[in-house]
Amino acid sequence: MKYKVNEKGYYGDFGGAYIPEMLYPNVEELRQNYLKIIDDADFQKEFHQLMKDYVGRPSPLYLAKRLSERYGANIFLKREDLNHTGAHKINNTIGQILLAEKLGKKRIIAETGAGQHGVATATVCALRNLECVIYMGEVDIERQAPNVARMKMLGAKVVPASSGSKTLKDATNEAMRDWINNPVDTHYIIGSVVGPHPYPDMVAIFQSIISDETKKQLLEQTGSDQPDYVLACVGGGSNAMGMFYHFMDDENVKLIAVEAAGKGVSSGFSAATTFLGKEGVLHGSRSILMQTPDGQVVEPHSVSAGLDYPGIGPQHAHLFKTGRGQYVSITDEESLDAGLLLTQLEGIIPAIETAHAIAYLEKMEFKGGENVVICLSGRGDKDLDTYIKHFNL
Amino acid sequence: MNRIKQLFLEKKNILSIYYTAGYPNTDDTIKIAEALEKSGADMLEIGFPYSDPVADGPVIQASSKQSLDQGMTLNLLFEQLKELRKNIRIPVLLMGYVNPVLQFGVENFCKACAEVGVDGCIVPDLPMVEYEEFYKGYFEEHNLSNVFLITPQTADERIHKIDGLTNGFIYLLSSSATTGKSLEVGNTTETYFGRIKNMNLKNPTMIGFGISDKQTFDKACVYANGAIIGTAFVKAIENGNIEESVSDFMKKFKS
Repeated sequence: MKYKVNEKGYYGDFGGAYIPEMLYPNVEELRQNYLKIIDDADFQKEFHQLMKDYVGRPSPLYLAKRLSERYGANIFLKREDLNHTGAHKINNTIGQILLAEKLGKKRIIAETGAGQHGVATATVCALRNLECVIYMGEVDIERQAPNVARMKMLGAKVVPASSGSKTLKDATNEAMRDWINNPVDTHYIIGSVVGPHPYPDMVAIFQSIISDETKKQLLEQTGSDQPDYVLACVGGGSNAMGMFYHFMDDENVKLIAVEAAGKGVSSGFSAATTFLGKEGVLHGSRSILMQTPDGQVVEPHSVSAGLDYPGIGPQHAHLFKTGRGQYVSITDEESLDAGLLLTQLEGIIPAIETAHAIAYLEKMEFKGGENVVICLSGRGDKDLDTYIKHFNL
Repeated sequence: MNRIKQLFLEKKNILSIYYTAGYPNTDDTIKIAEALEKSGADMLEIGFPYSDPVADGPVIQASSKQSLDQGMTLNLLFEQLKELRKNIRIPVLLMGYVNPVLQFGVENFCKACAEVGVDGCIVPDLPMVEYEEFYKGYFEEHNLSNVFLITPQTADERIHKIDGLTNGFIYLLSSSATTGKSLEVGNTTETYFGRIKNMNLKNPTMIGFGISDKQTFDKACVYANGAIIGTAFVKAIENGNIEESVSDFMKKFKS
């Protein structure tokens, strides 16, 4: 439990709830109730029923043969791309919508980057008949058009965030402003392990189903629930935290988090937070973020909208600082190449976010026979335009 | 004695004005302060800009962005504020978000405030718990008031705790909203203001968010020791001659 949140809402030096008073009652209501609600037997039953019948879980753990041959290790892909709506994001939105209902909320808001969390939120709102407003950066609305159309079809209102870099960070600011202005009837479904306590913990708990299943599947397939490596891409870090969660206390399992280097870590167009960031406060928690010496948040860059975020969740900052996790980075170019490679070797088109994790295999050295699990966090349908343009397909 | 305490002992219906440092032009910070004191402001809140101001509406966001784009930093602001006490006698607070303060260093920040004659701070996203545990000592050492916000949703118990922690005034938000929404004093707001008034807090109260004209200001003064105007003022000094826009704006409140 040494990597989990303490009773004050901190992971080592990181976490807390750095929020203006206007948000305090909302966040406090959540803090006082989230564990009670989640631990309730009826809640668990409904959550797992929906996970099975609606999301399609458990997602397979697939031994990718041709990829394994290429790198000389046993590479297992945790197929979150096969979930309903095409990514891991739905695990969290199902959990939070059930929780919002228990709290008596009538209106749901969310931010989205790639649009996957927006789609996953709009989906559960349709499912449970709740009003849904999604904030999305103007730049992202343009580069993720299919997901915008899906959200609208699902009945959500998509509001463009036009401040700052017009991406995920700004969409998050707008969602927080909405919550300040609608404090009583609205629940804010944050899509990653960021935000004020208890969000990072709550989202990690809902996403931890990924590693919970993985352990069982590994035991069945390899005879051990302990792989040598676990890899995942990190923007805010929700799929990575879900993938790491039940492995954190298995100190012999190496955890590798892959950040987006953009055009290169030192290019000025990057989202590699642990390389470029410093400790500070962003979106309500103390973590590591990219900022100027004066404490202004730096606008990140990544070809993948889901990794285009200047911070990481506080629990990731803790894993990084304690050395429990290894944080590395992959460029736009490398990720696109890896996306194409996986497509042609395994017949799986990954989201460009996910392709960052695949790309890191190139940089690893295997003796042979190591077991490696990669979280295949999402499918690449939404990224076809980017792939097509890049490879002149 | 701290200038803020002195002011509340001596005056009623206090008019406090918020503006963003370095806006509309980088070197306007002191000019605006002087023009405001000259035209009758009782207290000033100078905002140090932040890239991600989640509690602010579009007007203050835009002023913050412009100020930052023009090169404003906390270092530059403290440089400018060396001139503050040449002509200004009224209390001055700095208001802004916690991350720039953390990067400057909370201890250095408090020291710099005291050196230039700033009397207090408002840092809305600095949690009460962290303030009490880690930073209160620095504020007290430099005789700075740290002002907390309360909203209609803040529980009585928490209000009493805030009242015990602070020693300047309590910033009463007229509603739970980002800055720039207009004040509608309906029954619920009146009940809330009345509830606070009856709590007999040791600190004076100032009502903020949504005060834009004489009418809303007077209404706020019925329930509190005064009121704070931000967005309406920032909007009023967008263009034109600073001294003239300030004096035109202030005339509305002094009639």
